[in-house]
Amino acid sequence: MPMVETRIPEGYTKVFTRPEALSDAQYTYCPGCHHGVITRLVAEALDELGIRGRTVGIAPVGCAVFLYRFFNCDFVQAAHGRACAVATGLKRANPDLVVFSYQGDGDLGAIGTAETVHAANRGENITVIFINNQIYGMTGGEMAPTTLPGQRTVTSPGGRDTRLMGYPLKVSEMLAQLDGPCYITRQSVHDARHVGLTRKAIVQAFRNQLEGKGFSLVEVLAACPTNFKMSPEQGNTWVVEKAMKAFPLGDLKGA
Amino acid sequence: MSRVLMRGNEAIAEAAIRAGCQCYFCYPITPQGELVEYMARELPARGGAFLQAESETAAINMVYGASAAGVRTMTSSSSPGISLKLEGISYMAGARLPGVIVNIMRGGPGLGNIAPAQGDYFQATKGGGHGDYRLIVLAPSSVQEAAELVMLAFDLSDRYRTPAMLLADGMLGQMMEPVELPDPIDPATIPGRPWALTGAVDRAPNVVLSFDLDPQGLKEMNKGLQRTYQEITERELRWEEVDTEDADLLIVAYGSMGRIAKSVVRSAREEGIKAGLVRPITLWPFPYARIRELSERVSTVLTAELSAGQMWEDVRLAVGDRAATPFFGELGGVVPTPRDVLSEVKRYANG
Repeated sequence: MPMVETRIPEGYTKVFTRPEALSDAQYTYCPGCHHGVITRLVAEALDELGIRGRTVGIAPVGCAVFLYRFFNCDFVQAAHGRACAVATGLKRANPDLVVFSYQGDGDLGAIGTAETVHAANRGENITVIFINNQIYGMTGGEMAPTTLPGQRTVTSPGGRDTRLMGYPLKVSEMLAQLDGPCYITRQSVHDARHVGLTRKAIVQAFRNQLEGKGFSLVEVLAACPTNFKMSPEQGNTWVVEKAMKAFPLGDLKGA
Repeated sequence: MSRVLMRGNEAIAEAAIRAGCQCYFCYPITPQGELVEYMARELPARGGAFLQAESETAAINMVYGASAAGVRTMTSSSSPGISLKLEGISYMAGARLPGVIVNIMRGGPGLGNIAPAQGDYFQATKGGGHGDYRLIVLAPSSVQEAAELVMLAFDLSDRYRTPAMLLADGMLGQMMEPVELPDPIDPATIPGRPWALTGAVDRAPNVVLSFDLDPQGLKEMNKGLQRTYQEITERELRWEEVDTEDADLLIVAYGSMGRIAKSVVRSAREEGIKAGLVRPITLWPFPYARIRELSERVSTVLTAELSAGQMWEDVRLAVGDRAATPFFGELGGVVPTPRDVLSEVKRYANG
């Protein structure tokens, strides 16, 4: 799509612009997907703290695999689930770097559970952004560890049967029990107020790293309208009426 | 340089530190325990980072991260643990990240046992992980050579931006021998890493990736890898020869078995048998051309391994039908005596 040059009329000031930490690349996210908002909030946090030039991001496997295109900072793409181990290697090799991983629920809470729990338990001085949309997006809408009881996915076509498939994994509640992490919080971006709260939480999670406080994780509830087979608006409603019931918002450890 | 008595595992650890290894990640497994212990004790005291990971999988991904950050880094394990690292090794190869992996092989498959074996030759030299990648594989046959080759592994890995493996076995890991440790390298001699993730200040962002969803793009990436592998094959072949000049029977053996075979060649010569030895030091790339050349002049090329015959396949590829290609192997962690191998040599020499 061609970039449109916008002339600012006299007497007007530009108050909303692309964060410096984002590149010019267009997102590859679907309409109504919450990744776009959350990606931007991370970039705004890097701008606010002035740390773009010392930050290394870690892209997961999944819809956020292209994060390295969207960000204007150094990036590495990790094997599925291994982002926290890769983050550990980066940070131990160069503690001056600001290291963050950005992972979905399948990546962080299924195949990468061990890497996540142990990085948290070591109090690894990193920032983790955890997108919980209760589904595998990129592979076509399979059941995630966080899929709600009764929720239909392509691999739970009759709805998640807890007798056979277990329960939604409460990753943040689990991590909050550990001594290692300094900050575990669950947020949402379904409306403007909550976008603001999520932004604040992400800034805090980076500030903790700058202050050497250890492992911070911001879980963000998100919608995947494409795989939910919903409109973007219905996706937002799903987050409020369903996801938030199973995953209540708020700080689970520290602040 | 000073001569000291050291266990193989410890000499490998010390040589790695002297090669400038700054980050080492591991998970405990026998028979390479002394390597882990040595690193835990020495590396932090000498300014490096040591971390015991939650799994082999995590350890190799920590190597992936540390390498992306631009430092020399290593992990070590033994056979079952290496199986777990294969995912990470494939990613390192794809992302063009250097790093050293040490495999102190033990008996397999499965949990196997903790005795010396060479059953991981296929895994090390034929890929193991997914995709069209190669691993530089160096196989020492003494503690001295293990120390030297681990330093070489770091150099080659950096030079070609590809992971390298030191493939030894429990016998070499555990045995104590006098070793002259190489001098520590001058860090200034390590090639620069302009691609490393150090923070995008006054330059465009660096990215470390092992994927390209566009088939044409991934084809180009693969062609780049293949060019590197070709270059390594042309420039980095290493092997040792003993008494091959006038040999009529050639033994091909590596690592601990290569060491046993060396004494077998001596004994055979004392009994009037014209035996010789080719001991591959690089298992990948493999010295096909030299073995082929020698096979023109001998009647028999005997491959000896602590396996059911893995390198044997490469030897047969090299020899074709120019000579007989029998095999002698031991299994399950049983180590043959030189006499066992000698009687095999006599069988073919007299046949």
